Amino acid sequence: MTFSRLSTSVLAIVALSAGAAAARDAIRIVGSSTVFPYTQAVAEQFSNATGAPSPIVESTGTGGGMKIFCAGVGENHPDITGASRAMTASEYELCTANGVTDVTEAMIGYDGLSIAISRKSDADWDLTLEQVFLALAAEVPTEGGWVANPYRKWSDIDPSLPDVAILAYGPPPTSGTRDAFVELAMHPGCQARPAMKALKEADGDAYKAAVKENCSRMRQDGPFVEAGENDNLIVQRLNADPNAMGIFGYSFLYENLDALKAVRINGVEPSAETIGDFSYPISRPLYFYVKNAHRGVIPNLQEFIEEYMSDDAMAPDGYLAERGMVVLPDDIRARTQNAVIAGETMGPKS
Amino acid sequence: MTDLTARDTLFSGAGSSRAKRRNRKQVILQGLGLAAISFAALMLFILIASLIVTGHKAFVQTHVTIEVHVDPEAIPVEGLPRGGFRDVLLASLQKQFPEVSGRSELRSLQNILSNGAQFQLRDMIEANPALIGRTVTLKVPVSDPFDQLAKGLVKRETPEAQRRVNDREIAWFDALDAAGMISKPINWGLITNADSRFPELAGLKGALVGSFWALLVCFLISFPLGIGAAIYLEEFAPKNRLSDLIEVNINNLAAVPSVVFGLLALAVFIGWFGMPRSAPIVGGMTLALMTMPTIIIATRAALKAVPPSIREAALGVGASRHQVVFGHVLPLAMPGILTGTIIGLAQALGETAPLLLIGMNAFITSAPSSPFDSATALPTQIFIWADSPERGFVSRTSAAILVLLTFLVTMNAIAIYLRSRFERKW
Repeated sequence: MTFSRLSTSVLAIVALSAGAAAARDAIRIVGSSTVFPYTQAVAEQFSNATGAPSPIVESTGTGGGMKIFCAGVGENHPDITGASRAMTASEYELCTANGVTDVTEAMIGYDGLSIAISRKSDADWDLTLEQVFLALAAEVPTEGGWVANPYRKWSDIDPSLPDVAILAYGPPPTSGTRDAFVELAMHPGCQARPAMKALKEADGDAYKAAVKENCSRMRQDGPFVEAGENDNLIVQRLNADPNAMGIFGYSFLYENLDALKAVRINGVEPSAETIGDFSYPISRPLYFYVKNAHRGVIPNLQEFIEEYMSDDAMAPDGYLAERGMVVLPDDIRARTQNAVIAGETMGPKS
Repeated sequence: MTDLTARDTLFSGAGSSRAKRRNRKQVILQGLGLAAISFAALMLFILIASLIVTGHKAFVQTHVTIEVHVDPEAIPVEGLPRGGFRDVLLASLQKQFPEVSGRSELRSLQNILSNGAQFQLRDMIEANPALIGRTVTLKVPVSDPFDQLAKGLVKRETPEAQRRVNDREIAWFDALDAAGMISKPINWGLITNADSRFPELAGLKGALVGSFWALLVCFLISFPLGIGAAIYLEEFAPKNRLSDLIEVNINNLAAVPSVVFGLLALAVFIGWFGMPRSAPIVGGMTLALMTMPTIIIATRAALKAVPPSIREAALGVGASRHQVVFGHVLPLAMPGILTGTIIGLAQALGETAPLLLIGMNAFITSAPSSPFDSATALPTQIFIWADSPERGFVSRTSAAILVLLTFLVTMNAIAIYLRSRFERKW
């Protein structure tokens, strides 16, 4: 008897909560941990200024966010996902397959990927992307084909570099930061190798396949350590080991400039200016994606997007820049603001 | 004679060296045990000490006290709650530094105050519009870089380009300090504020309330179900292969890693039942799955400890089995059951992995008002703060861990008290 009464009450709780799920009044946002701090800022500003229920922002990583975002349309699915890279073709297909067809893509700004090292390191670090590639790739191209990465010390790569062991902490494969690093740093570094240039001359298809496969693989034999999504942990490790490098978003370097310094890439130091004009080579755009079917259905969603796209947030003296984001140039910003507020539908991804 | 020989061997050469060896082994064993305990104590000490060293700074927050003239032109009564609160605050601050002018300089002067200051002023005036036109004294938090400066975490000797506050800003801050406007009161905001992206405003209220709701749901489900299952298995179930199988499975369930329950909840509660993500009700149901085996095992042990003579005596005077269990056995077993329950709930309070999977690590700037609202829990809040770039979150993370530990120690202390106070020895 006790049993049946108890199970009834459990069922009642379940039913109640299902009822509550049907009435959502807060905006739900998932997605990239890089975009997370900026979305957080807008969410807090928005709910403080308007008194609307505070949006629920969850940091799931770019790929994880896309999976939840593309799962369907309706109150049980999030309205917005942040991404530290553009949506891929397969993600677009997933969205379409689940009925999420009307999506607006909003580029909000840029983020530089910094390679940082403790200020305790005496050396003045300035690397080329080719050197970064040689230090961190699983295999390096030579005349005789691909060989396992033989370099253990920076001085093995170039005698002018310091005589210290290569050790870099970086993001795991699930992270959008990792995708961006591979694409923006490893690929160009790989392509700069003489053996790759020769291959490009000889066989274009094999070259493309090699860039996609061999150039994308980070080494697994120790000098590159996957440190998880927690960038603060990497910062702490760098403080403990003056010769270790860390790869993370520019905002973490910006907050920790007293303990860390940037490794210059091709002689350029990352800063808001160099990231914004792309003279610093490892910089990438940041995005968020909105389901247009939710506008006007989920209360305050349109207002929230307007807040995100406002000059208060996105302009060079806006609060997102204050938090470390590199803002869009004026003309692109104006265009983005109009398109996103109007809800322009994004075309298929290739 | 034989006795004498035995004693001789005992105390002569071979015998006494054997005794020495045995004694030595005894000493080594004791030494190892002592070393193990001191090692554990040392590690605990290092853990707590490092938390206190980094965390204690978050228990105070630097505030600045300013006289604010609430200008009726900037903040008209009919315009509430909108108005130029930020400008009014800046104007009051500027009175201290008449030489400051120009947009960018004013901007950086404004950055001394926390972003929350304008909302604090707004709430104050909204509650009492009669203040418009008067001058009020306002004590507001300073923003995080200045808080770090006041706490000595931003070092003045660091070269200017490498710190978040420049020399001019330090000079302003020092002038405010010299004027006696800077104070460092206890940071009640740590408990009374919900989460914020500004470390100086961020607090644990949302997480505490979220944890409370989740634990309440967990208790309401796991306590009756756990006790019911335990009573049935212990008092009514026939002893056969089936009940053996159930028993083995319950013991196994208690050892299942919590992340597995999180995946289960994600698939079943959120996937099939369509329950909301990040809600304490889902968190509580997930934690209940974990806590239930603990409660069942504790309850069965407590029921077993009640002597059979009690049952027999009750049955002997004509009570039914039902009356025996609910009238006699269960009340006697209650202290043991409660102890087990509290320990199970304390485990649930510190559990992180399943909550991460069901999305209770979201950023939410308000506390939940029911178990159906989205919320965080204490351990997931620690997780979020540990991953935030701002410096102020470093000490706040440690402070939040200390708060969590306080709750855990309190709950365990209650369990110990209940056990020692009410448990009966037979």
